[in-house]
This record gives sequence, C-alpha cells and structure tokens, in this order.
Amino acid sequence: MNLAEGVQIVSFCILSLMMIGAALGVVLFENIVYSAFLLGGVFISIAGLYILLNADFVATAQVLIYVGAVNVLILFAIMLVNKREDFKPLPNRLLRQVTTGLVCFGIFALLSTMVLATPWAFSTAPAAAESSIVIIGEHLFSDFLLPFELASVLLLMAMVGAIVLARREYIPDEILPGLTRPSGLTLPERPRELLTLTSGGKGDLRNQKPASSTKQPIDTNA
Amino acid sequence: MNPGIDLQGTFIQTLRDLGLPAGAAKAIWMPLPMFLIIIGATVGVLVVVWLERKISAAVQQRIGPEFAGPLGVLQPVADGLKLVFKEDIVPAKSDPWLFTLGPILVVIPVFLSYLVVPFGQNLVITNLSVGIFLWIALSSIAPIGLLMSGYASNNKYSLLGGLRAAAQSISYEVPMALSVLAVVLMSNSLSTIDIVQQQSHYGILSWNVWRQPLGFLIFWIAALAECERLPFDLPEAEEELVAGYQTEYAGMKFGLFYIGSYVNLVLSSLLVAVLYLGGWETPVPIEFVGGLLGLNETSPWLQVIDAALGITMTVLKAYFLVFLAILLRWTLPRVRIDQLLNLGWKFLLPVSLVNLLLTAALKLAFPFAFGG
Repeated sequence: MNLAEGVQIVSFCILSLMMIGAALGVVLFENIVYSAFLLGGVFISIAGLYILLNADFVATAQVLIYVGAVNVLILFAIMLVNKREDFKPLPNRLLRQVTTGLVCFGIFALLSTMVLATPWAFSTAPAAAESSIVIIGEHLFSDFLLPFELASVLLLMAMVGAIVLARREYIPDEILPGLTRPSGLTLPERPRELLTLTSGGKGDLRNQKPASSTKQPIDTNA
Repeated sequence: MNPGIDLQGTFIQTLRDLGLPAGAAKAIWMPLPMFLIIIGATVGVLVVVWLERKISAAVQQRIGPEFAGPLGVLQPVADGLKLVFKEDIVPAKSDPWLFTLGPILVVIPVFLSYLVVPFGQNLVITNLSVGIFLWIALSSIAPIGLLMSGYASNNKYSLLGGLRAAAQSISYEVPMALSVLAVVLMSNSLSTIDIVQQQSHYGILSWNVWRQPLGFLIFWIAALAECERLPFDLPEAEEELVAGYQTEYAGMKFGLFYIGSYVNLVLSSLLVAVLYLGGWETPVPIEFVGGLLGLNETSPWLQVIDAALGITMTVLKAYFLVFLAILLRWTLPRVRIDQLLNLGWKFLLPVSLVNLLLTAALKLAFPFAFGG
C-alpha cells in the first residue's frame, strides 16, 4: 500500500463516518434548523465520496445543486416560516417508533440484498478523470438524450407551476357586484380589472410582487 | 509550449537525493504551494484594506491613514491586531456552536477557491478539469454560513441580513454562471489554464473582453453582488440593519467575516482578470517580444522573468478591478432589495441568456474568431 492508497482509505473512512453521523443527526435532532444544517454536511460528504471515485464533475455538481441550492432553500423556508411549536407526545409513541424502525430496516435490508445480489459490471480500467465532462456530455446528447430532455421538461413544468402559484394575487374578501369570478380551471385569483378598481393597496401589491415571484424560480432551479 | 522550469520536480529530486523516500518527498512538497497561496491571499487582503482606506479618502478629499508606517501602510496590520486581541463575545441567548461555525463556513470556501486561480502557465495549485465550475460550486456554499450566523445570533437584524445575503447570493449566481458558460463555450474547457491560453495569441486584442463585452459587464455586476460590495451591500446595510449578519460578532469571529469579504473581492477580481482580461498574459505577447530580440524561449532567466511578469500582470489586473470596485462604492447609491432582485432576475438573467445564445451562434458562424 503506497501513500495514495492510504490517503484514499483514510479519507473514505472519515467521509463515511461524517456522512452516517450527519445523517443520524438529521433524523434525531429535535431542532429542525440543526437537521437542515447537518443535511448540508451529508451532501458535502457525498461529494467527497464522488471525488474519491474520480467523478470530479459529479462532485462539483453535487455541491452546487444540493448544498448551494437545495439546502439553502430548505434553510430559507425554515427561517422564513420560523414556527416554534411544541409537539405534543402522540399516543402509542413506542409502537409508532418501532414500526418506523422496522420499515426503515426492511428497506435497508432490501437495498443491501439488491446491491449484493446484482452482478455489477466492474471495469478494472481507471476512470477517466480528465475527460469526464466530455464523456458525460456525449452521453447526455446521444444515448441519454430522452431522459435528459424529459428531466428538463419536468423542470420547466415545475417552474411554470411555481410562477403560477407565486403570481396569485390576494383573494378579495367579497366579490364586487357585477364581477363574477369565472369558474372552472382557474386559480382563486383576483381578476385584473378588480385589482385596478380596488386600487387601495396597489402600491403594496407592486412591492410584494418581485419578492414573491422571484423567490419561486430558484425553487425550480434546484 | 516549452516545459518550463519544473519547481516541483527539482524540489522532490533534491529531497530524494537527501535520502527521503519518494512518497515522503512528495508529501512535503504538497502543502508548500497551498501555504504560499494562503499567505499571498492574506497579504492581498492587507493591501486591499489599505487601498480601500486610501482611495476612499482620496475620493472624499481626505488624506486617510498616515501615521502607521509610511503613507499609513501599516494601518491594516494595526486593525488586524486589534481584532485579534479583542474579547471574543458570544451573546448569552445565541447558539454558541452555530455562532462559531458560521464565519468559518463563510471563509473556508473562499480560500479553497484559490485552488484554481492561475498566476502563470504552471503557477497554479491544481489544473483541475472542472476548474472554474469548482469556484462557482464553492461560492454557493457561503450563503449557508451567512444563514447560520444570522440565525445563531438570535437577533432580528442578523436574521434579516442573513436571509438577504442568501437571497442575493442565489439570485446573482445564475447570471454569473451563465456568463462564465459563454466564456467556457469559447475556450472549449472549464480549466482556468485553458481559458487563459485561448486568449493568448494576439496580446491585448485576443482578450475575451472584446469578444464578450456583455458577459464581462454581467460577470462584474454579479461578482460585486456576490462580494456584497456597494451598490449591493444590502445584507449589511448599516442604516437599515445595523450590520446585518455581523451585528453580534466581535473579535476574531468578526475578523473572519472581514477577511472573507476582502479575500472574496480579490478572488473575484482575479477571476475577472483570468476570464476576460487575459490572465497572466501581457498586452503584447511575450513570445513576440522575445522573437524580436532574438532570445531563446527556453533559457532559464527568460523563464524566470516570464513567470514574474505573469504574476505581476495577473495581480495588476486584479488590483485595477479592485480599484474600480472601490470607486464604484463611492459613486453609486445602494439599491433597494426589490431593485436588486429585479435587476438580477428580470434584467441580468435574460441578458446573460441572450449572450450565451449569441456566443453559441457566433461560434458556429465564425469558428476562427470564437474558438470553434
């Protein structure tokens, strides 16, 4: 065993311990903010494991997307809501916990048997570290074109949905006579003409729009 | 391209001649460039702090610091020493763990990003194939530290500042990444070395700033927003939020934020220099001058001069941009939060998308000029 292999094994052990510890913390901490921060630790450790596997692009993308976008948005949501609530102990707590544990263990056992039973196609050739981006790009635009495009369509749908949700104005307290809300496939939204009629809070609405409509696209970028 | 002087090779060979095994010799070499860069970045911060004070003073027709050392050059050292010796206060109702971890999480990614900043053909810690992408990914970690310190301070100004910092940082990452993507499209590589080499053929004429004027402006605006420099210093807007997420911090924890913000400014300027201003290249290509004077490109002293010139050029360009940032600070008023988000999402994002599409089209139409 030379120096490089030793470093590799040690870092693998450290990363795995970090990941399992942080993941346990995510589940076990009472404070949801700690869980969210530790989730970032889990993502970073996974990125480290990717680096150990010579997948530098995947590791960087993992940091950018999961830590930089998903985790930040989770934190954002928690901090904007900031709901302090004392949870009442549920009846049959022990039974529920045991059932959850059993289900989780079942999934773990199932996945482990799958991993062990599958005849993986190991290749002894070292992974191409230098040109991994080129290889990934070629795959995305040849044999994985359809899943790639489907994923982008999915993201587009999520983005449109988020924009539609975010653009919803306040629902009026009472419907003005003469203006009926169209029924059917419409959101409970104040119609435009109503907005201009009851322009009392127009300035406020203008100010709120960028804040609400800009936060959502980030959501879908994640 | 000639091989150049192999510092690493000679260093390791010397140690091996002294009787060390090859692995140990390499392990001794590895931390050296990292320490060098960390020290360089820290000294760079001192210079920037001094420049900031002096240029701000000149803008406002004052003299600025002048008693600590000649022209006040020791003033930042005095500031730093003061911060080191100040009492480290952790507010009573704060969350001590997160409060301590926050500044660390802000500073570490900034220093890590120096991994990919090249100062010369071989003067870079690692020539990663993901290069510039690594910097984008690392700079997206900082908002977590900001949110953490804002939350842990248990202060509404801090929390608001942290949230604003995170929102700002996420919003401006997108146009920034898109403008970087346009440059990457032209150089066919994410590696910072390749990006500079692609700009190296005709001196100043081949710098990316002429082919990517839009991208340059977008990147610079987004970089200022990422560094929380005026006109985008909303997270710590002192008239509104006391000092934003830094409100409760004192001593060296505040010092970490301070160092982090200035190192980030220097880093962004260095990357603008690398991406758009030809990195270590001189305005007149050095091979051309060498050819005129009839010098052999591989002679050792010429290589030393070349390397020194490269470092000087990179740092000069970066500090010119820092100078611009300081001038901008005293020229432009601070934007409001809705103006900031509008600018980011409704103006910079579409413009950078158009820039990307234009670059792709130009690359197909004129492959000789746009790196086909």
